[in-house]
Amino acid sequence: MTAAAQATAPSMAFVPTHTRLASRRARVIRERIIESVLFLAALVSVFTTVGIVYVLVKESVVFFQQVSIIDFLTDTQWTPLFDDAHFGIMVLLSGTLTSSLVALAIAIPLGTVIAIYLSEFAPFKLREVAKPFLELLGGVPTIVYGYFALLFVTPLLQALIPGLPGFNLLSAGIVMGIMIIPYVSSISEDAMRAVPMSLREGSYAMGATRYQTATRVVVPAAVSGIAAAYILGISRAVGETMILAIAAGMQPNLTFNPLEPAATITAYIVQVALGDLPHGSVGYQTIFAAGLTLMLFTLAFNIVGHMMRRRFREVY
Amino acid sequence: MEHPNLAAIRNLIARHKRWDAAFAVFGLLCLMIGVLTFVSLFTEMAVNGAARLDWDFFTNYPSRRASQAGILSAWVGSTLVMLVTAVVAVPLGVASAVYLEEYAPKNWMTDIIEINITNLAGVPSIVYGLLALGLFVYQFGLGQSILSAGLTLALLILPVVIVATREAMRSIPQHIREGAYALGATQWQTVKDHLLPYSSPGILTGVIIGMARAIGETAPIITIGALTFIAFLPPSPVSADPPYLSFEWLMSPFTVMPIQMFNWTSRPEAAFQSNAAAAGFVLVFMTLAMNGLAIWLRYRLRKNIKW
Repeated sequence: MTAAAQATAPSMAFVPTHTRLASRRARVIRERIIESVLFLAALVSVFTTVGIVYVLVKESVVFFQQVSIIDFLTDTQWTPLFDDAHFGIMVLLSGTLTSSLVALAIAIPLGTVIAIYLSEFAPFKLREVAKPFLELLGGVPTIVYGYFALLFVTPLLQALIPGLPGFNLLSAGIVMGIMIIPYVSSISEDAMRAVPMSLREGSYAMGATRYQTATRVVVPAAVSGIAAAYILGISRAVGETMILAIAAGMQPNLTFNPLEPAATITAYIVQVALGDLPHGSVGYQTIFAAGLTLMLFTLAFNIVGHMMRRRFREVY
Repeated sequence: MEHPNLAAIRNLIARHKRWDAAFAVFGLLCLMIGVLTFVSLFTEMAVNGAARLDWDFFTNYPSRRASQAGILSAWVGSTLVMLVTAVVAVPLGVASAVYLEEYAPKNWMTDIIEINITNLAGVPSIVYGLLALGLFVYQFGLGQSILSAGLTLALLILPVVIVATREAMRSIPQHIREGAYALGATQWQTVKDHLLPYSSPGILTGVIIGMARAIGETAPIITIGALTFIAFLPPSPVSADPPYLSFEWLMSPFTVMPIQMFNWTSRPEAAFQSNAAAAGFVLVFMTLAMNGLAIWLRYRLRKNIKW
């Protein structure tokens, strides 16, 4: 025993009982306070969601008092800032849908193949290098991808497709697809790696090749995780903003042709925010109505993704 | 004796093996598309912006003349906004994670918080911008200030910090907690003296990844209405006279790196696009450095820890 410990040890015994109880009570109270503070911190995320819903719904309610919801859903023109104002969200949705489809046509096949390759084929060393690299690819700011789409991919595409306008959904969609690849591939790969080795070994024992094992055993076993990865990719594509605002032009255009310029929901919000709209005008409220539409879409995808993970989760 | 079908079977095996090899090559090619995109993106910006990347570029304000324009107000703005984001997001995120991992009872309230965090991670960033515009800028009257932007980005990266902290704390084995309790530590003492220090590398990794995301976010900051042409700096946070510290800069108008880059990208003149390339190069370099640091930290972490 050290000298210091010897000195303190006897003094402990002489502390009157009521003081010890009091300090114990103080300790319990302090613990309670700390727990409450931590709980409040955890509630901030709930308040964030409540705040988002409150702001979007509050401004949208004012908006829908002036514009009928039927017009909003069926009108084929989107000209909220003109004298002859039309509010057809379909126009913006067509841009969002077209660009997302282009992006997914790139991201889903490439992401899946990369995931299968990394999980089943690639040598250990390559995987150790490729995974962080793909993460870096997903960490590049979207504004940089926008620049790349407008000033690198579009001129390249213009050389291939004569008459392609400088702003178009195709180049924005392609770059967006490449941006989404890491999200799709990394979650799919995690799902495939979670498939137990015994399934693969069983397959190899039956004489299957790597390719057969990958496509007929591993992929079906990991399908819930792969589906969740696709859904995350879709919700990324629908919510992507800057690439489209820069490279797809910001003119509302009811089209499903990726070779044309068009505005998406997100690009419209950026366009209005860049201008100088007075707080409380109809133009100001349109971005909240557009945001609410966007939020409902991504929420729906998130819920479907959540359900898929729950419903089809394989338990080994 | 030779089986009559042996040749056919050998053929079949060879064909299957060819398929295998073909897929391996195909997979590698797909991976290369990603690599190639990244390399061309990086070199394009480097080549296009190299001429503009000098000391003046970092010390000049934006200008109408492309050759004199710089990113001074942008990088100062980005730094200050990141400061607010970190000061808000790190304590809030870590505290939420500690609550959910160590304190939360199993009830409907906890379920709601958990589902909510998962959902928030999937909300598009521009929706956070709308939240900030409606709530911070107008309802709370914070205006289009550094404070509004910092708070917005803090909410945006909160799920990242929470998830990383929870994962780090979950990987600490139960006997560490039991040892602390056995010695009479309270729950908070256990958290403060053991769980938080041991999980700090994991938390740091999450914070860096979150900050790297925040620094490149453009959409929410445009939505709150940050100005694109700012030829002044916010008031200095430290001064020579008492009270030495000033928080005036929190309410100052500002611009950030991605917005400056967006502004230059959307101009038709090639000279401004070189500026955009140079700004993009700086931005990518910063996010790469941060992400690289996080990956390296995680790698070291995985190697060194043995409970």
